Amino acid sequence: MEIDRVDGRTPNQLRPLACSRNILHRPHGSASWSQGDTKVLAAVYGPKAGTKKNENAEKACFEVIWKPKTGQIGKVEKECEMILKRTIQSICVLTVNPNTTTSVIIQVVHDDGSLLPCAINAACAALVDAGIPMKHLAVAICCCLADNGYVVLDPNKLEEKKMSAFAYLVFPNTTLSVLPEGSSVAEGEPVEHGIITSVTHGVMSVDDYFLCVENGHAATASLSAFFRKNFQQSQRDSSKAG
Amino acid sequence: MGLPDSSQDLSTEMEVDAFRRIFPLRFFERHLSESLRPDARPLGKARDTIVNPGLVSTADGSALAKIGSTTMLAAIRMEVMTPSTDSPDEGCIALEFHMPPICSPTVRPGRPADAAPVISKRLSDTILSSGMIDLKELCLVSGKAAWMGYLDIYCLNADGALFDAALLSAVAAFSNLEIPVVALNDNGRIVAISGGKDEDNASIIEKKAVNKEKRKLTLKNIPFSLTCILHKKYILADPTTEEESIMDTLVTVVLDSSDQMVSLYKSGGTVLAYSSAVKSCVELARKRAKELKQILGEMDID
Repeated sequence: MEIDRVDGRTPNQLRPLACSRNILHRPHGSASWSQGDTKVLAAVYGPKAGTKKNENAEKACFEVIWKPKTGQIGKVEKECEMILKRTIQSICVLTVNPNTTTSVIIQVVHDDGSLLPCAINAACAALVDAGIPMKHLAVAICCCLADNGYVVLDPNKLEEKKMSAFAYLVFPNTTLSVLPEGSSVAEGEPVEHGIITSVTHGVMSVDDYFLCVENGHAATASLSAFFRKNFQQSQRDSSKAG
Repeated sequence: MGLPDSSQDLSTEMEVDAFRRIFPLRFFERHLSESLRPDARPLGKARDTIVNPGLVSTADGSALAKIGSTTMLAAIRMEVMTPSTDSPDEGCIALEFHMPPICSPTVRPGRPADAAPVISKRLSDTILSSGMIDLKELCLVSGKAAWMGYLDIYCLNADGALFDAALLSAVAAFSNLEIPVVALNDNGRIVAISGGKDEDNASIIEKKAVNKEKRKLTLKNIPFSLTCILHKKYILADPTTEEESIMDTLVTVVLDSSDQMVSLYKSGGTVLAYSSAVKSCVELARKRAKELKQILGEMDID
Protein backbone atom coordinates (compact mmCIF):
# COMPACT_ATOMS: atom_id res chain seq x y z
CA MET A 1 0.00 0.00 0.00
CA GLU A 2 1.45 3.33 -1.01
CA ILE A 3 1.58 6.27 1.33
CA ASP A 4 -0.26 9.41 0.37
CA ARG A 5 1.73 12.44 1.38
CA VAL A 6 0.04 15.77 1.78
CA ASP A 7 2.24 17.49 -0.79
CA GLY A 8 1.95 14.62 -3.26
CA ARG A 9 5.54 13.39 -3.01
CA THR A 10 6.50 9.73 -3.24
CA PRO A 11 7.93 8.26 -0.03
CA ASN A 12 11.51 8.48 -1.32
CA GLN A 13 11.27 11.93 -2.80
CA LEU A 14 13.07 14.86 -1.20
CA ARG A 15 11.72 18.39 -1.08
CA PRO A 16 13.19 20.94 -3.51
CA LEU A 17 16.73 21.81 -2.39
CA ALA A 18 18.30 25.24 -2.63
CA CYS A 19 21.77 26.30 -1.53
CA SER A 20 23.51 29.63 -1.91
CA ARG A 21 26.95 30.36 -0.57
CA ASN A 22 28.87 33.54 0.22
CA ILE A 23 25.70 35.45 1.05
CA LEU A 24 27.06 37.30 4.12
CA HIS A 25 30.20 39.37 3.73
CA ARG A 26 31.50 39.54 7.33
CA PRO A 27 31.89 35.81 8.06
CA HIS A 28 34.70 33.96 6.37
CA GLY A 29 32.20 31.50 4.97
CA SER A 30 28.43 31.47 4.83
CA ALA A 31 25.65 29.45 3.27
CA SER A 32 21.91 29.27 3.21
CA TRP A 33 20.32 25.87 2.78
CA SER A 34 16.67 25.17 2.29
CA GLN A 35 14.74 21.93 1.90
CA GLY A 36 11.20 22.88 0.97
CA ASP A 37 10.13 25.45 3.57
CA THR A 38 12.82 24.59 6.14
CA LYS A 39 15.54 27.19 5.79
CA VAL A 40 18.78 27.51 7.77
CA LEU A 41 21.54 30.10 7.54
CA ALA A 42 25.06 29.06 8.53
CA ALA A 43 28.11 31.28 9.03
CA VAL A 44 31.70 30.27 9.74
CA TYR A 45 34.31 32.43 11.43
CA GLY A 46 37.77 31.08 11.69
CA PRO A 47 40.22 29.68 12.31
CA LYS A 48 40.88 32.05 15.20
CA ALA A 49 43.85 31.77 17.52
CA GLY A 50 43.58 29.80 20.74
CA THR A 51 41.38 26.96 21.91
CA LYS A 52 38.84 26.84 24.72
CA LYS A 53 39.88 25.81 28.18
CA ASN A 54 39.40 22.04 28.35
CA GLU A 55 40.07 21.36 24.68
CA ASN A 56 43.08 19.63 23.22
CA ALA A 57 45.61 22.23 22.09
CA GLU A 58 47.17 19.91 19.52
CA LYS A 59 44.02 19.88 17.42
CA ALA A 60 41.71 22.46 15.89
CA CYS A 61 38.66 23.17 18.02
CA PHE A 62 35.12 23.88 16.82
CA GLU A 63 32.34 25.71 18.58
CA VAL A 64 28.77 25.81 17.39
CA ILE A 65 26.21 28.46 18.28
CA TRP A 66 22.62 27.60 17.45
CA LYS A 67 20.11 30.39 17.32
CA PRO A 68 16.44 29.36 17.17
CA LYS A 69 13.95 31.41 15.23
CA THR A 70 12.11 32.55 18.38
CA GLY A 71 12.49 32.02 22.08
CA GLN A 72 15.42 31.55 24.40
CA ILE A 73 18.18 29.04 24.08
CA GLY A 74 17.32 25.88 26.03
CA LYS A 75 18.23 22.22 26.18
CA VAL A 76 17.00 21.49 22.65
CA GLU A 77 19.41 24.04 21.20
CA LYS A 78 22.28 22.79 23.39
CA GLU A 79 21.73 19.25 22.17
CA CYS A 80 21.69 20.37 18.53
CA GLU A 81 24.91 22.32 19.13
CA MET A 82 26.61 19.26 20.63
CA ILE A 83 25.50 16.96 17.79
CA LEU A 84 26.59 19.45 15.15
CA LYS A 85 29.92 20.10 16.86
CA ARG A 86 30.80 16.42 17.08
CA THR A 87 29.73 15.81 13.47
CA ILE A 88 31.88 18.69 12.22
CA GLN A 89 34.83 17.47 14.30
CA SER A 90 34.63 14.09 12.64
CA ILE A 91 34.61 15.43 9.07
CA CYS A 92 37.23 18.17 9.38
CA VAL A 93 40.97 17.59 9.35
CA LEU A 94 41.88 18.67 12.85
CA THR A 95 45.65 18.50 12.60
CA VAL A 96 46.13 21.15 9.87
CA ASN A 97 45.52 24.17 12.11
CA PRO A 98 46.25 23.12 15.70
CA ASN A 99 45.41 25.40 18.61
CA THR A 100 42.72 27.31 16.72
CA THR A 101 38.98 27.72 17.17
CA THR A 102 36.51 27.83 14.31
CA SER A 103 33.01 29.08 15.12
CA VAL A 104 29.98 27.86 13.23
CA ILE A 105 26.83 29.89 13.80
CA ILE A 106 23.48 28.43 12.79
CA GLN A 107 20.45 30.66 12.48
CA VAL A 108 17.12 28.93 11.99
CA VAL A 109 15.10 30.97 9.52
CA HIS A 110 12.11 28.65 9.30
CA ASP A 111 11.46 25.20 10.72
CA ASP A 112 9.18 23.00 8.66
CA GLY A 113 10.46 19.59 9.68
CA SER A 114 13.86 17.92 9.29
CA LEU A 115 15.63 20.88 10.91
CA LEU A 116 18.80 19.24 12.22
CA PRO A 117 19.72 17.57 8.89
CA CYS A 118 19.12 20.88 7.12
CA ALA A 119 21.45 22.62 9.59
CA ILE A 120 24.18 20.00 9.12
CA ASN A 121 23.99 20.41 5.33
CA ALA A 122 24.09 24.20 5.67
CA ALA A 123 27.11 23.99 8.00
CA CYS A 124 28.97 21.81 5.48
CA ALA A 125 28.30 24.25 2.67
CA ALA A 126 29.46 27.15 4.86
CA LEU A 127 32.65 25.29 5.84
CA VAL A 128 33.41 24.68 2.16
CA ASP A 129 32.82 28.37 1.49
CA ALA A 130 35.25 29.29 4.28
CA GLY A 131 37.88 26.90 2.98
CA ILE A 132 38.17 24.82 6.16
CA PRO A 133 40.05 21.58 5.29
CA MET A 134 37.69 18.58 5.40
CA LYS A 135 38.04 14.86 4.70
CA HIS A 136 34.61 14.61 3.10
CA LEU A 137 31.20 16.26 3.43
CA ALA A 138 28.53 15.23 5.89
CA VAL A 139 25.25 14.62 4.10
CA ALA A 140 22.25 14.53 6.41
CA ILE A 141 18.76 13.15 5.88
CA CYS A 142 15.70 12.53 8.01
CA CYS A 143 13.95 9.16 7.63
CA CYS A 144 10.55 8.61 9.18
CA LEU A 145 8.80 5.38 9.89
CA ALA A 146 5.10 5.32 9.09
CA ASP A 147 2.71 3.01 10.94
CA ASN A 148 2.53 0.48 8.13
CA GLY A 149 6.30 0.02 8.05
CA TYR A 150 7.06 2.31 5.10
CA VAL A 151 10.02 4.64 5.27
CA VAL A 152 9.32 8.23 4.31
CA LEU A 153 12.19 10.60 3.57
CA ASP A 154 12.50 14.30 4.35
CA PRO A 155 9.22 14.84 6.20
CA ASN A 156 7.71 18.23 6.86
CA LYS A 157 6.62 19.26 10.35
CA LEU A 158 3.14 17.75 10.22
CA GLU A 159 4.47 14.43 8.95
CA GLU A 160 7.17 14.37 11.66
CA LYS A 161 4.53 14.81 14.35
CA LYS A 162 2.26 12.12 12.92
CA MET A 163 4.91 9.45 12.42
CA SER A 164 5.62 6.88 15.10
CA ALA A 165 9.40 7.23 14.87
CA PHE A 166 12.03 9.08 12.90
CA ALA A 167 15.79 9.06 12.59
CA TYR A 168 18.25 11.77 11.60
CA LEU A 169 21.10 10.07 9.72
CA VAL A 170 24.35 11.62 8.54
CA PHE A 171 26.60 9.87 6.04
CA PRO A 172 29.78 10.85 4.22
CA ASN A 173 29.15 12.05 0.68
CA THR A 174 29.35 9.60 -2.22
CA THR A 175 32.63 9.75 -4.06
CA LEU A 176 32.92 10.13 -7.79
CA SER A 177 35.84 8.10 -9.07
CA VAL A 178 37.05 7.61 -12.61
CA LEU A 179 37.11 3.85 -12.24
CA PRO A 180 34.18 2.26 -10.41
CA GLU A 181 36.62 -0.13 -8.72
CA GLY A 182 38.46 2.89 -7.43
CA SER A 183 35.86 3.77 -4.81
CA SER A 184 37.14 2.77 -1.41
CA VAL A 185 35.67 -0.12 0.48
CA ALA A 186 35.88 -0.79 4.19
CA GLU A 187 34.55 -3.96 5.87
CA GLY A 188 32.89 -5.05 2.68
CA GLU A 189 30.77 -1.92 2.39
CA PRO A 190 31.54 1.28 0.49
CA VAL A 191 32.84 4.06 2.71
CA GLU A 192 29.78 6.20 2.12
CA HIS A 193 27.58 3.63 3.86
CA GLY A 194 29.18 4.31 7.22
CA ILE A 195 27.06 6.30 9.63
CA ILE A 196 28.70 9.46 10.98
CA THR A 197 25.78 10.48 13.19
CA SER A 198 22.46 8.90 14.03
CA VAL A 199 19.80 10.36 16.33
CA THR A 200 16.48 8.57 16.63
CA HIS A 201 13.19 9.57 18.23
CA GLY A 202 10.39 7.17 19.00
CA VAL A 203 10.36 3.42 19.24
CA MET A 204 11.14 1.28 16.18
CA SER A 205 12.27 -2.28 15.66
CA VAL A 206 15.93 -2.97 14.86
CA ASP A 207 15.02 -4.15 11.34
CA ASP A 208 13.07 -0.95 10.70
CA TYR A 209 16.15 1.04 11.70
CA PHE A 210 18.26 -0.80 9.12
CA LEU A 211 15.54 -0.15 6.54
CA CYS A 212 15.79 3.57 7.33
CA VAL A 213 19.58 3.39 6.92
CA GLU A 214 19.23 1.75 3.51
CA ASN A 215 16.81 4.42 2.32
CA GLY A 216 19.16 7.01 3.73
CA HIS A 217 21.96 5.66 1.50
CA ALA A 218 19.84 6.21 -1.59
CA ALA A 219 19.04 9.75 -0.50
CA THR A 220 22.67 10.63 0.18
CA ALA A 221 23.50 9.77 -3.42
CA SER A 222 21.06 12.42 -4.69
CA LEU A 223 22.09 14.96 -2.02
CA SER A 224 25.78 14.45 -2.85
CA ALA A 225 25.03 15.00 -6.52
CA PHE A 226 23.23 18.23 -5.61
CA PHE A 227 26.21 19.43 -3.52
CA ARG A 228 28.63 18.63 -6.34
CA LYS A 229 26.54 20.39 -8.98
CA ASN A 230 26.04 23.43 -6.75
CA PHE A 231 29.75 23.84 -5.95
CA GLN A 232 30.81 23.31 -9.55
CA GLN A 233 28.21 25.83 -10.74
CA SER A 234 29.42 28.58 -8.42
CA GLN A 235 33.04 27.82 -9.32
CA ARG A 236 32.21 28.18 -12.99
CA ASP A 237 30.39 31.45 -12.30
CA SER A 238 33.25 32.92 -10.28
CA SER A 239 35.84 31.90 -12.89
CA LYS A 240 33.75 33.59 -15.59
CA ALA A 241 33.50 36.75 -13.50
CA GLY A 242 37.25 36.76 -12.78
CA MET B 1 52.52 8.03 14.47
CA GLY B 2 55.59 9.58 16.10
CA LEU B 3 58.70 7.57 16.70
CA PRO B 4 57.69 3.97 17.31
CA ASP B 5 61.23 2.86 17.95
CA SER B 6 61.82 5.33 20.71
CA SER B 7 58.61 4.37 22.45
CA GLN B 8 59.61 0.70 22.31
CA ASP B 9 62.90 1.64 23.95
CA LEU B 10 61.21 3.83 26.50
CA SER B 11 58.60 1.21 27.31
CA THR B 12 61.19 -1.15 28.60
CA GLU B 13 62.49 1.54 30.93
CA MET B 14 59.27 3.35 31.75
CA GLU B 15 56.85 2.48 34.52
CA VAL B 16 53.40 1.32 33.53
CA ASP B 17 51.69 4.40 34.98
CA ALA B 18 53.94 6.76 33.08
CA PHE B 19 53.40 4.84 29.83
CA ARG B 20 49.65 5.01 30.45
CA ARG B 21 49.77 8.80 30.74
CA ILE B 22 52.23 9.54 27.95
CA PHE B 23 51.11 7.05 25.31
CA PRO B 24 47.48 6.37 26.28
CA LEU B 25 46.33 5.09 22.92
CA ARG B 26 49.25 2.68 22.61
CA PHE B 27 48.66 1.50 26.17
CA PHE B 28 45.05 0.67 25.36
CA GLU B 29 45.82 -0.93 22.02
CA ARG B 30 48.30 -3.27 23.66
CA HIS B 31 45.45 -4.47 25.83
CA LEU B 32 42.87 -4.58 23.01
CA SER B 33 45.10 -6.85 20.94
CA GLU B 34 44.74 -9.38 23.78
CA SER B 35 40.93 -8.76 23.83
CA LEU B 36 41.16 -7.23 27.28
CA ARG B 37 40.94 -3.84 28.88
CA PRO B 38 43.21 -2.39 31.57
CA ASP B 39 40.69 -3.30 34.28
CA ALA B 40 40.78 -6.93 33.05
CA ARG B 41 37.27 -6.81 31.58
CA PRO B 42 36.59 -8.62 28.31
CA LEU B 43 35.60 -6.22 25.53
CA GLY B 44 31.85 -6.86 25.59
CA LYS B 45 31.36 -6.87 29.35
CA ALA B 46 29.88 -4.01 31.34
CA ARG B 47 31.08 -3.05 34.81
CA ASP B 48 29.44 -4.29 38.04
CA THR B 49 26.06 -2.66 38.49
CA ILE B 50 24.33 -1.97 41.80
CA VAL B 51 20.90 -0.39 42.29
CA ASN B 52 19.72 0.78 45.74
CA PRO B 53 16.14 2.02 45.97
CA GLY B 54 14.50 4.27 48.52
CA LEU B 55 17.53 6.13 49.90
CA VAL B 56 16.05 9.63 50.05
CA SER B 57 13.29 9.54 52.67
CA THR B 58 11.96 13.01 51.88
CA ALA B 59 11.32 12.13 48.25
CA ASP B 60 8.35 10.17 46.98
CA GLY B 61 10.64 7.83 45.06
CA SER B 62 14.39 7.56 44.83
CA ALA B 63 17.19 5.27 43.75
CA LEU B 64 20.97 5.16 43.59
CA ALA B 65 22.53 3.42 40.61
CA LYS B 66 26.22 2.56 40.33
CA ILE B 67 27.80 1.20 37.19
CA GLY B 68 31.44 0.60 38.16
CA SER B 69 32.39 3.95 39.71
CA THR B 70 29.78 6.04 37.90
CA THR B 71 27.19 6.93 40.54
CA MET B 72 23.80 8.55 39.91
CA LEU B 73 21.19 9.50 42.50
CA ALA B 74 17.64 9.98 41.24
CA ALA B 75 14.80 11.43 43.32
CA ILE B 76 11.18 12.10 42.39
CA ARG B 77 8.90 14.61 44.06
CA MET B 78 5.20 14.67 43.15
CA GLU B 79 3.16 17.84 43.13
CA VAL B 80 -0.40 18.53 42.14
CA MET B 81 -0.98 20.88 39.25
CA THR B 82 -3.72 21.75 36.77
CA PRO B 83 -3.32 19.83 33.55
CA SER B 84 -3.14 21.67 30.24
CA THR B 85 -6.26 22.05 28.14
CA ASP B 86 -4.77 19.95 25.30
CA SER B 87 -4.47 16.89 27.54
CA PRO B 88 -6.80 17.23 30.52
CA ASP B 89 -6.40 13.57 31.46
CA GLU B 90 -2.65 13.46 31.59
CA GLY B 91 -0.04 14.31 34.18
CA CYS B 92 3.47 15.46 33.43
CA ILE B 93 7.08 14.55 34.18
CA ALA B 94 9.83 17.18 34.39
CA LEU B 95 13.31 15.70 34.24
CA GLU B 96 16.50 17.51 35.16
CA PHE B 97 20.02 16.10 35.09
CA HIS B 98 22.61 17.84 37.26
CA MET B 99 26.38 17.49 37.20
CA PRO B 100 27.59 19.13 40.41
CA PRO B 101 31.32 19.84 40.80
CA ILE B 102 31.71 16.77 43.01
CA CYS B 103 31.35 14.44 40.04
CA SER B 104 34.40 15.33 38.00
CA PRO B 105 37.51 17.54 38.12
CA THR B 106 36.49 19.13 34.82
CA VAL B 107 33.21 20.53 36.21
CA ARG B 108 33.55 23.84 38.03
CA PRO B 109 30.84 25.66 40.04
CA GLY B 110 29.02 28.39 38.15
CA ARG B 111 29.83 26.90 34.78
CA PRO B 112 27.41 24.10 33.96
CA ALA B 113 29.03 21.12 32.24
CA ASP B 114 28.53 20.89 28.47
CA ALA B 115 27.20 17.38 28.74
CA ALA B 116 24.50 18.11 31.34
CA PRO B 117 21.71 19.71 29.22
CA VAL B 118 22.36 17.23 26.41
CA ILE B 119 22.02 14.19 28.68
CA SER B 120 19.00 15.82 30.33
CA LYS B 121 17.20 16.19 27.01
CA ARG B 122 18.17 12.72 25.81
CA LEU B 123 16.87 11.18 29.04
CA SER B 124 13.52 12.93 28.89
CA ASP B 125 13.13 12.03 25.18
CA THR B 126 13.98 8.39 25.89
CA ILE B 127 11.69 8.05 28.90
CA LEU B 128 8.73 9.76 27.25
CA SER B 129 9.05 8.06 23.86
CA SER B 130 9.56 4.58 25.33
CA GLY B 131 6.07 4.73 26.80
CA MET B 132 7.30 3.43 30.15
CA ILE B 133 4.93 5.68 32.04
CA ASP B 134 1.30 6.10 31.11
CA LEU B 135 0.68 9.78 31.80
CA LYS B 136 -3.02 9.06 32.22
CA GLU B 137 -2.19 7.22 35.45
CA LEU B 138 -1.05 10.53 36.85
CA CYS B 139 -4.48 12.09 36.50
CA LEU B 140 -6.45 12.88 39.66
CA VAL B 141 -9.54 14.79 38.62
CA SER B 142 -9.96 15.13 34.89
CA GLY B 143 -9.38 18.66 33.73
CA LYS B 144 -8.72 20.01 37.22
CA ALA B 145 -5.89 18.20 38.95
CA ALA B 146 -3.09 15.92 37.89
CA TRP B 147 0.29 14.88 39.23
CA MET B 148 3.48 16.54 38.10
CA GLY B 149 6.59 14.48 38.82
CA TYR B 150 9.85 16.37 39.26
CA LEU B 151 12.64 13.88 38.61
CA ASP B 152 16.10 15.13 39.52
CA ILE B 153 19.13 13.06 38.76
CA TYR B 154 22.40 14.02 40.39
CA CYS B 155 25.68 12.70 39.08
CA LEU B 156 27.86 11.98 42.10
CA ASN B 157 30.79 10.42 40.27
CA ALA B 158 31.33 10.74 36.53
CA ASP B 159 33.37 7.80 35.29
CA GLY B 160 32.01 7.19 31.79
CA ALA B 161 28.67 5.88 30.48
CA LEU B 162 26.76 8.70 32.20
CA PHE B 163 23.62 8.22 30.13
CA ASP B 164 23.37 4.51 30.96
CA ALA B 165 23.68 5.05 34.70
CA ALA B 166 21.29 8.01 34.67
CA LEU B 167 18.63 6.06 32.77
CA LEU B 168 19.00 3.12 35.15
CA SER B 169 18.63 5.35 38.21
CA ALA B 170 15.57 7.06 36.69
CA VAL B 171 13.89 3.73 35.94
CA ALA B 172 14.69 2.44 39.43
CA ALA B 173 13.32 5.64 41.02
CA PHE B 174 10.08 5.28 39.06
CA SER B 175 9.66 1.69 40.18
CA ASN B 176 10.31 2.81 43.77
CA LEU B 177 7.84 5.71 43.47
CA GLU B 178 4.78 5.68 45.73
CA ILE B 179 2.22 8.31 44.90
CA PRO B 180 1.11 10.07 48.09
CA VAL B 181 -2.47 9.94 49.39
CA VAL B 182 -4.55 13.03 48.70
CA ALA B 183 -8.15 14.08 49.08
CA LEU B 184 -10.38 16.80 47.71
CA ASN B 185 -11.24 19.29 50.44
CA ASP B 186 -14.29 21.56 50.70
CA ASN B 187 -12.78 24.31 48.59
CA GLY B 188 -12.36 21.90 45.73
CA ARG B 189 -8.59 21.81 46.18
CA ILE B 190 -6.45 18.77 46.60
CA VAL B 191 -4.75 18.43 49.98
CA ALA B 192 -2.24 15.90 51.16
CA ILE B 193 -3.19 13.53 53.93
CA SER B 194 -0.42 12.77 56.39
CA GLY B 195 -1.84 9.71 58.16
CA GLY B 196 -5.16 8.06 58.73
CA LYS B 197 -5.23 8.39 62.54
CA ASP B 198 -7.14 11.67 62.93
CA GLU B 199 -10.91 11.40 62.97
CA ASP B 200 -11.20 14.31 60.56
CA ASN B 201 -8.70 12.74 58.26
CA ALA B 202 -10.50 9.43 58.40
CA SER B 203 -13.80 11.02 57.40
CA ILE B 204 -12.14 12.88 54.54
CA ILE B 205 -10.58 9.68 53.34
CA GLU B 206 -13.87 7.86 53.38
CA LYS B 207 -15.84 10.56 51.63
CA LYS B 208 -13.61 12.38 49.18
CA ALA B 209 -10.33 10.51 48.86
CA VAL B 210 -9.12 10.65 45.34
CA ASN B 211 -6.72 7.79 45.92
CA LYS B 212 -7.09 5.76 49.05
CA GLU B 213 -3.62 4.41 49.57
CA LYS B 214 -0.16 5.00 48.27
CA ARG B 215 -0.02 3.42 44.90
CA LYS B 216 2.78 2.58 42.55
CA LEU B 217 2.93 3.30 38.85
CA THR B 218 2.69 0.43 36.41
CA LEU B 219 5.80 0.47 34.24
CA LYS B 220 5.68 -1.17 30.86
CA ASN B 221 8.36 -1.20 28.13
CA ILE B 222 11.21 -0.30 30.46
CA PRO B 223 14.17 1.08 28.46
CA PHE B 224 17.70 -0.25 29.06
CA SER B 225 20.73 1.33 27.51
CA LEU B 226 24.30 0.42 26.69
CA THR B 227 27.03 2.76 25.46
CA CYS B 228 29.81 1.27 23.33
CA ILE B 229 33.04 2.69 21.93
CA LEU B 230 33.99 1.91 18.34
CA HIS B 231 37.73 1.88 17.75
CA LYS B 232 39.17 0.40 14.55
CA LYS B 233 37.68 -3.07 14.56
CA TYR B 234 37.07 -3.29 18.32
CA ILE B 235 33.82 -2.63 20.12
CA LEU B 236 34.16 -1.83 23.83
CA ALA B 237 31.04 -1.95 25.98
CA ASP B 238 30.49 0.42 28.90
CA PRO B 239 33.50 2.75 28.66
CA THR B 240 35.21 4.54 31.54
CA THR B 241 36.10 8.26 31.39
CA GLU B 242 39.68 7.40 30.44
CA GLU B 243 38.55 5.27 27.50
CA GLU B 244 36.04 7.94 26.39
CA SER B 245 38.73 10.62 26.38
CA ILE B 246 41.09 8.62 24.17
CA MET B 247 38.65 7.00 21.75
CA ASP B 248 35.93 9.40 20.78
CA THR B 249 33.36 7.35 18.87
CA LEU B 250 30.45 6.46 21.15
CA VAL B 251 27.28 4.61 20.18
CA THR B 252 24.41 4.37 22.66
CA VAL B 253 21.71 1.76 22.01
CA VAL B 254 18.53 1.83 24.10
CA LEU B 255 16.31 -1.25 23.90
CA ASP B 256 13.07 -1.82 25.76
CA SER B 257 11.76 -4.99 27.36
CA SER B 258 9.96 -6.04 24.16
CA ASP B 259 13.26 -5.84 22.19
CA GLN B 260 12.25 -2.71 20.28
CA MET B 261 14.87 -0.04 19.74
CA VAL B 262 14.01 3.14 21.60
CA SER B 263 17.08 5.06 20.52
CA LEU B 264 20.33 4.64 18.61
CA TYR B 265 22.50 7.64 19.34
CA LYS B 266 25.81 8.19 17.62
CA SER B 267 27.13 11.71 17.64
CA GLY B 268 30.06 12.12 15.26
CA GLY B 269 33.33 10.40 16.04
CA THR B 270 36.32 9.46 13.90
CA VAL B 271 35.07 5.93 13.21
CA LEU B 272 32.12 5.45 10.83
CA ALA B 273 29.54 2.89 11.93
CA TYR B 274 28.86 0.23 9.34
CA SER B 275 25.90 -2.10 9.65
CA SER B 276 28.09 -4.92 11.05
CA ALA B 277 29.25 -2.69 13.89
CA VAL B 278 25.71 -1.48 14.57
CA LYS B 279 24.44 -5.07 14.68
CA SER B 280 27.17 -6.04 17.16
CA CYS B 281 26.30 -3.08 19.38
CA VAL B 282 22.63 -4.06 19.32
CA GLU B 283 23.57 -7.63 20.31
CA LEU B 284 25.66 -6.37 23.24
CA ALA B 285 22.77 -4.11 24.25
CA ARG B 286 20.38 -7.07 24.23
CA LYS B 287 22.62 -9.02 26.60
CA ARG B 288 22.97 -6.01 28.83
CA ALA B 289 19.20 -5.47 28.88
CA LYS B 290 18.77 -9.01 30.22
CA GLU B 291 21.33 -8.37 32.98
CA LEU B 292 19.72 -5.07 33.95
CA LYS B 293 16.23 -6.60 33.95
CA GLN B 294 17.45 -9.19 36.42
CA ILE B 295 19.06 -6.56 38.64
CA LEU B 296 15.89 -4.45 38.71
CA GLY B 297 13.82 -7.55 39.39
CA GLU B 298 15.96 -8.40 42.42
CA MET B 299 15.62 -4.85 43.65
CA ASP B 300 11.84 -4.96 43.54
CA ILE B 301 11.61 -8.15 45.54
CA ASP B 302 13.62 -6.52 48.34
